Amino acid sequence: MSGSGGGADGGGGGPPRATGYDEWVEALAAGQGFYLACSNGHGSLPPRRVCPDCESRDLSEEPLPEAGEVVTFSELHVAAPAFADETPYVTAIADFGPVRLTGVVRGVDADAVDVGLAVGATATDPREGTDGGSRRRVVFDPR
Amino acid sequence: MAARVLLPHMSRASGVRVAGVGLTPFGAHAGRTGRDLFAEAALAALDDAGVAAGDVEGLDYGNFMGALAERQGHQAPLVAEAAGLRCPATRYEEACASAGVAVRAAVQTIRAGEADVLVAGGMERMTNLPTPEVTEALAVAADELFEVRAGVTFPGAYALMARAYFEAYGGSREDLAHVAVKNHANALDNEYAQYQREITVEQALDSPTVASPLSLYDACPITDGASAVVLVSEAYADDNDLDAPVAVTGTGQGADRMALQDRAQLARTPAADRAAEAAYADAGVGPADVGVAEVHDCFTVAEVFALESLGLYEPGEAVGAARRGETTRDGAVPVNLSGGLKAKGHPVGATGGSQIAELTRLLRGDHPNSDAASDATVGVTHNAGGTVASAVVHVLEVVE
Repeated sequence: MSGSGGGADGGGGGPPRATGYDEWVEALAAGQGFYLACSNGHGSLPPRRVCPDCESRDLSEEPLPEAGEVVTFSELHVAAPAFADETPYVTAIADFGPVRLTGVVRGVDADAVDVGLAVGATATDPREGTDGGSRRRVVFDPR
Repeated sequence: MAARVLLPHMSRASGVRVAGVGLTPFGAHAGRTGRDLFAEAALAALDDAGVAAGDVEGLDYGNFMGALAERQGHQAPLVAEAAGLRCPATRYEEACASAGVAVRAAVQTIRAGEADVLVAGGMERMTNLPTPEVTEALAVAADELFEVRAGVTFPGAYALMARAYFEAYGGSREDLAHVAVKNHANALDNEYAQYQREITVEQALDSPTVASPLSLYDACPITDGASAVVLVSEAYADDNDLDAPVAVTGTGQGADRMALQDRAQLARTPAADRAAEAAYADAGVGPADVGVAEVHDCFTVAEVFALESLGLYEPGEAVGAARRGETTRDGAVPVNLSGGLKAKGHPVGATGGSQIAELTRLLRGDHPNSDAASDATVGVTHNAGGTVASAVVHVLEVVE
């Protein structure tokens, strides 16, 4: 995906390119979600040169577990401009084992979201065009 | 020096005195520039100290979002000039803890013998932006890739922490409402406070939801304002016969993973635990010595996190402290007698300096609420950046 968007950072109104993250979120969207595992088994997310837990520089891509569990969430009624059309929406942190992810919970009524809810993670693009970096964002679907 | 080190609580840290403090009123200052706001605070601090601008050897200045709010970077020399200071000036940026780390830098510089007189503080201008743009600007303090793009706002982030706390320890929205009610009551007589009016628990509970479980009255307001303190070496205070009875005796700073998703726990704030431990050890005091505290209540639940990190409460115990009357003005350890960020206001880059200014006044006896802290000789400030990925704690003591 590197280089596919063309243009300068932020060109076309897209977010600045973020090499490492952009590839990660595109992989998540393609059903190929991954995380980085260090030689001591700590999980982290790219871009990384060193494990933030143990300083190991031996990082490998491993498949993201398919199911996570909501550990906390909030229904937001006041949003930044990028989310203004979507309020209220539910943002959650879900535990996938080696890593936790933050995403927008979709496909379920806010009242039905609770701690412990099983979710899968993907990434969607709420708008057309990817002139700059990826516009995709992490979303959670109840499983 | 020998006499000082015999007294643990007055060890090397007694070398830094708060000679003067200055604040602008906190609130909406439509049209006023940041440079003018800071100049007002700095001149007030110099006047309070009785120190000439020509004696000031450096400015340590906090500001968070000036490049967004005023399209103004490189602010430190600009505001130094506006305050009539002709000395080196440096800006510190640590989100909402910007002025706290600026004060810490000044304390460390004086202790190192590199300077005798420094001004520290900060400024933020926020109300000139519409609320959605302020929301966006504040979110810059979170992880852009893994949090902001996933819809996390600043209130949203603290809401995620609040729910995690409730899950881990219990507590309720009503407990948090009592924090808001307490801090509004404390602000009533504070001439610098943005909200000098009382609220009720019912009003707080009935206010609109911002990010569940937090509602509007759980949140601090959007605020313009500036703070400044004049810090001097003990030798300078003695040589110039300054009336500076309050010393900064402890300073500590801590850090954590930036994104909430990467934290080992969401119901605690380990960065502030570390800052508090370091500051107490530095001052040679412990939580039991603390008689009054100014803590970073950007949201009501943040005061709960702060009190537990400061060791004033065990984990899970602080959420009911305001409801039980333990942290109110008549309680054992009054918290946020200034009104806190909640009612006094939160110009983010100025808050850490404002806490030092308010605590100094409380301990000196010239704060409208000093009577509620008349027994206190040791106080603490707790200033947090972002969702407490950074935290700075200071111990202040009455030494004369």
